[in-house]
Amino acid sequence: MYTQALNERIDGPRVVEDPEKLAAFQARIDAEEKIEPNDWMPEAYRRTLVRQISQHAHSEVVGMLPEGNWLTRAPTLKRKAALLAKIQDEGGHGLYLYAAAETLGVSREELYEQLLSGKAKYSSIFNYPTLTWADIGCIGWLVDGAAIMNQIPLCRTSYGPYARAMIRICKEESFHQRQGYEIMLALCRGTPEQKAMAQDALNRWWWPALMMFGPPDSESVHTEQSMRWKIKRFTNDELRQKFVDATVPQAHYLGLTIPDPELRYDEATGHWRYGPIDWDEFKRVIAGFGPCNRERLAARRKAHEEGRWVREAAIAHAEKRRMRERAQRLAAE
Amino acid sequence: MAEQPMPLWEVFVRARTGLAHRHVGSVHAPDAEMALQAARDTYTRRGEAISIWVVPSSAITASDPADKDSLFEPTASKIYRHPSFYEIPEEVGHM
Repeated sequence: MYTQALNERIDGPRVVEDPEKLAAFQARIDAEEKIEPNDWMPEAYRRTLVRQISQHAHSEVVGMLPEGNWLTRAPTLKRKAALLAKIQDEGGHGLYLYAAAETLGVSREELYEQLLSGKAKYSSIFNYPTLTWADIGCIGWLVDGAAIMNQIPLCRTSYGPYARAMIRICKEESFHQRQGYEIMLALCRGTPEQKAMAQDALNRWWWPALMMFGPPDSESVHTEQSMRWKIKRFTNDELRQKFVDATVPQAHYLGLTIPDPELRYDEATGHWRYGPIDWDEFKRVIAGFGPCNRERLAARRKAHEEGRWVREAAIAHAEKRRMRERAQRLAAE
Repeated sequence: MAEQPMPLWEVFVRARTGLAHRHVGSVHAPDAEMALQAARDTYTRRGEAISIWVVPSSAITASDPADKDSLFEPTASKIYRHPSFYEIPEEVGHM
């Protein structure tokens, strides 16, 4: 998902935890108690959360770029206003999440620096280009649809600030998915050329959307521990299957074909079975060699650098005003 | 040069009249005025508020979770603070 790159080792010194505290912590988790910022927690729990929440935040922020590409070329004023509002939401989601991560004792500046230096990862999905307007429809329908699938269980995650941020985010994501599907509907009910454009976008986004859920359970290093700590509630493969089951009928309603010759309905289980996923492509994109990785990071760095003087000026102005007010107060005394 | 950290503010919003302001999250901003604007954009994009407070996070003094028992446990034994502790004959009616 937005945190699919979790499949790497966590760095940092090994910490030997007090077994008694560890047991008490696990008992709280098992009793469905929420863990709050100043509560005792194992160092590995804290590190996992910082990494997961910050990857999630980075994904929201980088996710604004592929959609921003179509802002000035949206087909109508209505579509443009909706897209603008959606992109603003993504920025807001990034901010909720950075704030949640900061409760674990890291600063937003530090986390952002990790993104800009390429040390931190973000979702592979945002390294694909948005070539046509139909891509904006596919992002809302599939990418936000996959995000919702992953994020609804995260509303019950064990860390309080993260769970609360996810509740806000989920409320807002549902508009994103609906606006995307509506774009697809309009194209599919349009001219043959428009429908072909919708099919082309689905062909390009389907497999990357399935990869959003991360590596298969058999290769997922952290799933088991994250499930025990209730940071994660479902495995990657469980969520991926839920997504496929929900999405295939939606594609059929549009009259579109899922680009998977092996896709078939399994009567016995009621699930749609899909063909093999190209995990080499996934690894390439995560490692930095997707179609747009460089462009995305370059755009973020440029925005951050060009905004630097504004941040510095704002801090200097606030400081100057504080000094002036203090001088006036002293003069009045 | 390392970037100077932006001050942190806690955000409280009142959803409608008659309700108390409730903590919703935090924002970074150089001063109170910009913190209010950032809070508006971040936490009230869908009519969630009719009023916002921002408070410098450094101005908040919080109790230590480790003191939870000594601070709050004593109240558990004072059942005479609850109305159900007192027995009133039924004939008296609702009280």
